Amino acid sequence: MARLVLIGLAAGFLSALLGVGGGLVIVPLLLFVGFEIRSATATSLGAIAITAAAGATVYAVHGDVEPVYAALVGIPAAGGVVLGTTLQQRVPVRTISYLFAALLVGIATYMLVVA
Amino acid sequence: MTYVAAVVLGVAAGGLSGMFGIGGGTLFVPTLIAVGLTQVHAEATSLLAIVPAVLVGVWRQQSYGNVRWRAAVTIGVASAAAVVGGAAVALALPSSDLERIFAVLLLLTAGQIARQARNSRERT
Repeated sequence: MARLVLIGLAAGFLSALLGVGGGLVIVPLLLFVGFEIRSATATSLGAIAITAAAGATVYAVHGDVEPVYAALVGIPAAGGVVLGTTLQQRVPVRTISYLFAALLVGIATYMLVVA
Repeated sequence: MTYVAAVVLGVAAGGLSGMFGIGGGTLFVPTLIAVGLTQVHAEATSLLAIVPAVLVGVWRQQSYGNVRWRAAVTIGVASAAAVVGGAAVALALPSSDLERIFAVLLLLTAGQIARQARNSRERT
């Protein structure tokens, strides 16, 4: 319970800091405390729904949210999620883990080179 | 960057979200910057865009029986308490510095995930 709260605090801070859901923090930490990869990713999505709504609300108060642009990427993404979750059930767990690690390396490289 | 490309990247972000349990913001933010938003507006808008994507993801994962609700709500509520601090720091610091710090965190995390996957070979 205490570990889950700490995961939430770290995820919430990084989520609002960088405009991401926090799953990049939540999933590895859930794996670290013993979750299986599919449970970790599914539970992460549930937590992110709360995290992102809270973060969007805070930024909306500052007047920084652009709802039309949010719909532009958010609604297509909702369709993509169906594809992603369906695919996830058909790919071996270890393959998902390696793909996830490769994704993180790719994003990190992009951030270090472009940022 | 056309709006068609933004839609395509939205679908891709959603697919990654469903596969890996992330919100999709890692693709939303660069996409929104490419269509003309500032860094802060892109981050703020990304958070709103994440909500419909993860709600669909949770609905799908629930049908597979993968969601552990008590853990999800505990993490989510705790995170809501921390977002005010994260937003305040984001508005105060240069984003390029923050991105570099986060990139290092991603690399360390990737190593951890790959190591666990290798160690779990016999059990899966």
